[in-house]
Amino acid sequence: MTERYSRQELFAPIGVGGQAKLRRKHVLIVGAGALGTGNAEALVRAGIGKLTMVDRDYVEWSNLQRQNLYCEEDAVGRLPKAVAAEKRLQAINTDVKVEVHVADVGPAELKELVAGVDVIIDATDNFDIRMMINDISQKYRIPWIYGACVGSYGISYTIIPRDTPCLSCLLESVPLGGLTCDTAGIISPAVQTVVAHQVTEALKILVEDYQSLRNKLVSFDLWKNQHTSINVEKVKKESCLSCGTERTYPYLDYRNTTKTAVLCGRDTVQIRPPDKIERDLEQLEHLLQQQGDDLQRNPYLLSFTKGDHRLVIFKDGRVLVHGTKDIAEAKTLYHRYLG
Amino acid sequence: MQLIINGEKVELPENVGNVSELIQYFGLDQKVVMIELNQEILEKSKHSETILSNGDRVEMVHFVGGG
Ligand SMILES: [Zn+2]
Repeated sequence: MTERYSRQELFAPIGVGGQAKLRRKHVLIVGAGALGTGNAEALVRAGIGKLTMVDRDYVEWSNLQRQNLYCEEDAVGRLPKAVAAEKRLQAINTDVKVEVHVADVGPAELKELVAGVDVIIDATDNFDIRMMINDISQKYRIPWIYGACVGSYGISYTIIPRDTPCLSCLLESVPLGGLTCDTAGIISPAVQTVVAHQVTEALKILVEDYQSLRNKLVSFDLWKNQHTSINVEKVKKESCLSCGTERTYPYLDYRNTTKTAVLCGRDTVQIRPPDKIERDLEQLEHLLQQQGDDLQRNPYLLSFTKGDHRLVIFKDGRVLVHGTKDIAEAKTLYHRYLG
Repeated sequence: MQLIINGEKVELPENVGNVSELIQYFGLDQKVVMIELNQEILEKSKHSETILSNGDRVEMVHFVGGG
């Protein structure tokens, strides 16, 4: 097994010393979609010590075109992404400790997840969670790497607390409607290029080669043959509520977190119960047996179809209401079938 | 007017005179956009008052959310 990392050790900036450091490091990836699976596969192959991964969704057919840890079997079985990812990652490299969570991430979950973490990788699809990651990164002084893509376009930035501006500095304020969901589709090379930027920056952080960090906001459009980067050092703001002198970490305030969310480009609303509950899926299956058109259960979730709508109920109490973008309609369905 | 945008020469119509209009021209006015003009980062509040001239070098990066 000594051969395993030989090519990486021959790469001078990592070397045998860097590899030994990698083996002791812990990475948190938030999201197990396209960016999450790409980052996870590369880092697990590279031989980090531990990977923690968290995701709230399950595998669907439309994921298979670009989410490289999943196969048809996972889509047929509607496996939670975190569960399917763990299975594949452990098959790739048993050296790495892989810990997964099927959960929606809020401030409280993040606080628990970041314990002992050396770098956080953003593989999410919305700015609500990114602003929380940004605050938690500042609070616990853990670097994080923003990444996002749509169409053939991608963007990435590495945030080092106390050193670089944070995401809040860059965005100033998140304008209403200014960062709406992108529905333009996506090609996998755009994903893989963002992944390449994120993984490379993560490796630099993990082997402690901070000098080599890019320090620039980078973007590209593979279809339009464009690539650019901007030095954003100067936008660091002393008055920033996330990283400035009077910081309050506004996005870690529970009052600012929503109980319902429309999932990006998915015609789906997620509803979180106000208090944590654990659903007995078997019992629920029994209750819903006569009420719908189709009912399917696996150890992690229950899928209930009625007309044009499908409710997916997770063990942690969350429900995805498919077939609507209307929060009120989703809530009505939730209360009709789940009390 | 001709500008160098993200490293490429781009010919712009008469009605594009300042940075806000440039962002609008590329259909990015609903996005958060970072602009570097002749290697200096430009604050958002200065977008509409900053007049562009022939040959200016502009780097333009907009934020997206998908992943
Ligand atoms: Zn900041």
